[in-house]
Amino acid sequence: MDLKSIAMGLAIGLGAMGPGIGIGIIAGKALEALGRNPEAQNIIRTNMILGIAFAEAIAIYALVVVLIIRFV
Amino acid sequence: MLPKIKDMLISLAAEKVTTIFTFNITNSVLGTLLVDGLIIILAISVNVVGVKKIPGAVQNFVEIITEAFLDFCDSIAHSKSRVFFPIIFTLFLFIIVSNWLALLPGFSSILIKEAGRSFPIFRSPSADLNTTLALGIFSITAVQYFGFRYLGLSYLSKYINVKGPIDFMVGLLELVLELAKVASFGFRLFGNIFAGEVLLIVAGTLIPLFSPIPVLGMELFVGFIQALVFAILTLVFLSMSVEKAH
Repeated sequence: MDLKSIAMGLAIGLGAMGPGIGIGIIAGKALEALGRNPEAQNIIRTNMILGIAFAEAIAIYALVVVLIIRFV
Repeated sequence: MLPKIKDMLISLAAEKVTTIFTFNITNSVLGTLLVDGLIIILAISVNVVGVKKIPGAVQNFVEIITEAFLDFCDSIAHSKSRVFFPIIFTLFLFIIVSNWLALLPGFSSILIKEAGRSFPIFRSPSADLNTTLALGIFSITAVQYFGFRYLGLSYLSKYINVKGPIDFMVGLLELVLELAKVASFGFRLFGNIFAGEVLLIVAGTLIPLFSPIPVLGMELFVGFIQALVFAILTLVFLSMSVEKAH
């Protein structure tokens, strides 16, 4: 166990926390909207996927940092 | 004893296979050529047989995909959808074929040995940061092009706004945001696909029997979602850029 492994674990662990909460909120709100207005399914799904993609991008940045620590 | 990570064939950058006139042919270039070849062959094979009123199997397949995507494009871009459709669909096809091709057996398991180290001869184009950043630059350049084409010089007022000090700063921020979009496009696709490949290698090395199967299923899903996200985001940015600012 060297400092590098700890850095990798911390980077992805802390970096995945925010997006996890964010994606949960987005999907929950989308389901709420869907329950209130089931006809708007297509628009809600498209916007939900867009929102999730933005939130997930942040976890991916953390992942890229981890990969850079590991391989460069 | 567990295998060491460093024994696995994981490399962040694409590996150089050969050099033609100082131009390095990496394994991801070979992968790109393969993906391009597959899509071109599919397109030609539909056209050589001829587009018939009663479609055959191949034509039916192509029509289903194209129609579904065109409907989807219509629902987001409305009146401009026919203008944007070729760009979006090209991006979508290229990304999804390159994502899914990497999952086929043989794609990344045929190795070549050179100077004491071995590396796969093909690499998925979207697992190379150069390709994904190039796709991101392409899509953001298309956004600027269509903005100027539909709004003329008034599109510039999105970036250089002299109505007031706050508007000026907002314009500068928009300019920085365009660069951030390129990086975001590139890293999102690269991160997802490369992480998927690393996950497959690790799962296959630790428990070779059965454990890669659910990972493969998840990678199919991730590959589709990432291609879709790239296409939707480009489409949304395109439709935002051709609308008059308020």
